[in-house]
Amino acid sequence: MSEYLLRVKDLHVEFTTRNGRVRAVRGVSLALSPGATLGIVGESGSGKSVTAYAITKLLDRAGRITGGSIEFGDSDLVSASYEEMRRLRGPAISMIFQNARGALNPIRTIGQQLVDALSAHRRLSKEKQQERVLDLLAAVMLKDPERILRSYPHQLSGGMCQRAMIALAIACEPQLLIADEPTTGLDVTTQKTVMDLVARLATERKMGVILITHDLGLAARYCQNIAVMQEGVVVETAPATQLFGSPQHPYTRRLVAASPTAHSTLDDLGVDAESDGVPSCRKTLQSPRTSAARPLLTAKDLTKDFSGFRAVDSVSFDIAPGESVGLVGESGSGKSTISRIISRLIDKSQGSVVFDGHDIGDIPASDFHGSEFRRQIQIVFQDPHESLNPRYTAFDCIAHPLRRLDRLIGKRETKRRVEECAERVEFDCALLTRFPHQLSGGQKARVGIARAIATNPRLLILDEPTAALDVSVQAVVLKLLDRLRREEGLSFFFVSHDLNVVRMLCERIIVMASGRVVEEASSLELFRAPQTAYTRELLEAIPSFDPRRMREIG
Amino acid sequence: MRAVITIAHHTARRFLASIPALLGVLVFTFLMMRVLPGDPAVFFASDPNAGPEEIEQMRKTLGLDRPLPVQMAYYFRDIATGNLGRSMTTGQPVVTDLAERLPASLELTVTALVLALSLALPLGVLAALYPGTLLDHAVRFVCSLGVCVPTFVSGLVLIYVFYVILGIAPDPTGRLGAFDAPPPGITGLLLVDFLIVGDFESWRSALSQLILPASTMALFVLAPLARMTRASMLAVLGSDFIRTAHSLGLSRRKVIITYGLRNALLPVITITGVVFSTMLGANVLVEKVFAWPGVGSYALDALLASDYAPVQGFVLLMASVFVLVNLTVDTLYGIADPRVTIE
Repeated sequence: MSEYLLRVKDLHVEFTTRNGRVRAVRGVSLALSPGATLGIVGESGSGKSVTAYAITKLLDRAGRITGGSIEFGDSDLVSASYEEMRRLRGPAISMIFQNARGALNPIRTIGQQLVDALSAHRRLSKEKQQERVLDLLAAVMLKDPERILRSYPHQLSGGMCQRAMIALAIACEPQLLIADEPTTGLDVTTQKTVMDLVARLATERKMGVILITHDLGLAARYCQNIAVMQEGVVVETAPATQLFGSPQHPYTRRLVAASPTAHSTLDDLGVDAESDGVPSCRKTLQSPRTSAARPLLTAKDLTKDFSGFRAVDSVSFDIAPGESVGLVGESGSGKSTISRIISRLIDKSQGSVVFDGHDIGDIPASDFHGSEFRRQIQIVFQDPHESLNPRYTAFDCIAHPLRRLDRLIGKRETKRRVEECAERVEFDCALLTRFPHQLSGGQKARVGIARAIATNPRLLILDEPTAALDVSVQAVVLKLLDRLRREEGLSFFFVSHDLNVVRMLCERIIVMASGRVVEEASSLELFRAPQTAYTRELLEAIPSFDPRRMREIG
Repeated sequence: MRAVITIAHHTARRFLASIPALLGVLVFTFLMMRVLPGDPAVFFASDPNAGPEEIEQMRKTLGLDRPLPVQMAYYFRDIATGNLGRSMTTGQPVVTDLAERLPASLELTVTALVLALSLALPLGVLAALYPGTLLDHAVRFVCSLGVCVPTFVSGLVLIYVFYVILGIAPDPTGRLGAFDAPPPGITGLLLVDFLIVGDFESWRSALSQLILPASTMALFVLAPLARMTRASMLAVLGSDFIRTAHSLGLSRRKVIITYGLRNALLPVITITGVVFSTMLGANVLVEKVFAWPGVGSYALDALLASDYAPVQGFVLLMASVFVLVNLTVDTLYGIADPRVTIE
């Protein structure tokens, strides 16, 4: 018996694609002691998930392990047969996945799926099974287990689905749990409960855990050792404190620098710089805002009902010209509804929206595209991959609002304006003829922003514009947005669940919960002295690392 | 129990919601009757030498002298009382004719559908499990063959091979063997009726009459069903919850059948409904080739003889069947997929 629970040596994985072979993992070596927690961090395409799937041999049909060994206990998984692997999956190694709702069978109840997982490896009587299933649901702290058993995944929230997924994964008491981005898409507070739960279960049951994530803060908080992957290679492995305190490899340094922390400013992102101890925020004096100026937008007593359910309950706020206001809250808090009402994509139930002295709240959302104000209020959507028309080239995407809203007809003039927009967002004009699928995530984000600023709007509504991007790309996009705002005097209404990002970009933050404003303060104040328990809870839930403290400890 | 009540409730609501569509069909068939050439009064006047007064008299009796809305009201009343008019070729009420022939069509269609599904599902699943292999290509070839050969050709080929050359199949002349007496009409479905009576000899003979025409139709609809199963199964096998099932070490059989196929069946249910409705109406060619006394050939004969009442009746019948089939499909879908609420 080796001292390690899992030992991966010089692992190579290849994918056969239409464009030939891709070497996704090139010589990865990892080791995990029983009961330890190892983080694998890296950006998309770094091969971190592929490594995990190779360990459990759940690679796609196109993927193949071409070299190396995976020692689990005394056996080598690389040479294990399908049936041998099947018997290991569940009682020895199991996984939890990103997007738990999609990872559960939509037409089987949670109870049935738990029974499936149990009975695949154990023969238990009906009563024993039922007892065990209820125990599992209690272990993952799901309230009202009887109801959960009878529920289908679509009837549960994302956090509940992830807990059900964890219950499935630990059903047969594995020695190794691999968590593949288990909290992506969940709220910070839910993320904290889920990760705390995994950590607690791991300690209680002495499970080894591999946490795969792109979030350095999360890895820092929950892992003892961290392996940083880039382009299929582990570039650095070190204990967490050491890795964040004094990163050795240039890529690790870049990654650490690009991750927003509780103290970073936009200027810090991507460069190695000391921060000054006080959480820095956009200083109010940086904005051209004057208290005497008429607000650009005033929302008063906004209320929205969805067939009996009150999503937004009398919310009021102002946005001054050139000001950047952040709106944060968990999913279901009504922040997206507010942003859609302000963008005039949906109609309010009550209240008023005054833009530049004109009441635009009474123009029906279905007619707003014909209003002169459509050009002045533009939106950058959440997912740059999904929000671009796949049949439009980058050029057409940017030209679309110009043609529709600015009634631009001349070919030469359109080309000039589109290229000008591309330059404003630092998008290479040579790429304008490409389709979205031929662009990288960051390039697509730029096209989305260029499209939004094409008509020279005065208010830009940003609905989680960087949520789907890698940290290093996010840093660049955030900087770009900040520069645009200062250079063009735009007002921002920034909707996000990532408080660190909001803090860096916004002067003022509005916190929402269950349709109401819980707290509103300048970013500086909010972070320094949160007034409500809810805000404190939100702030505490942000997983982050503190490079200075790490340095002291490390 | 509560789920059953909800489903029943939804089904009733759906049925009520389909009534406007049926009324629309009624208006359409009524207008069709007005637009088609021919004067029913002349047809119905008993005496070939009837004078204008007699025809006028007949027009009055038939209510044809009234304004259109009143006539429509009469038409609706007739339909409500189950009177679809009289066929001039058979001399019987259309309702009686249709009631006699619909079971023949139903028996043929249902058998063909069951046959097609029992072939298409395994073929589709196999093709999805081994995409791009020889097996996948073979399935694709069979499907293409089935869909590109017209039913009257494949029907004739089957007759030629199994009746003329091999002599296994009985002569393709309708539902009953030459020496079998028809069973007492209980359901009108021969296979069911013979079973009820316990006449297994005739049951076997009726089955052998049914096999060739049913196979012909099954071949024709094999392609959409198998291709749909394959596509749907491929999509499901690539989804996250299949990966989860593998990661929990479920048996291969459980993963493929319980997790894969059951999810993949959802779109197949919809296609099956569409295929069934199409088959029931469009199997005229098969009925003609095998002298099958179904509704399709009945309507075609009537149309050729300018006998409009049966055609109207046929259109109405098909519309009702279509509504019913869609209702069944939606209900099944609601049972199979808990995410769908039937509205």
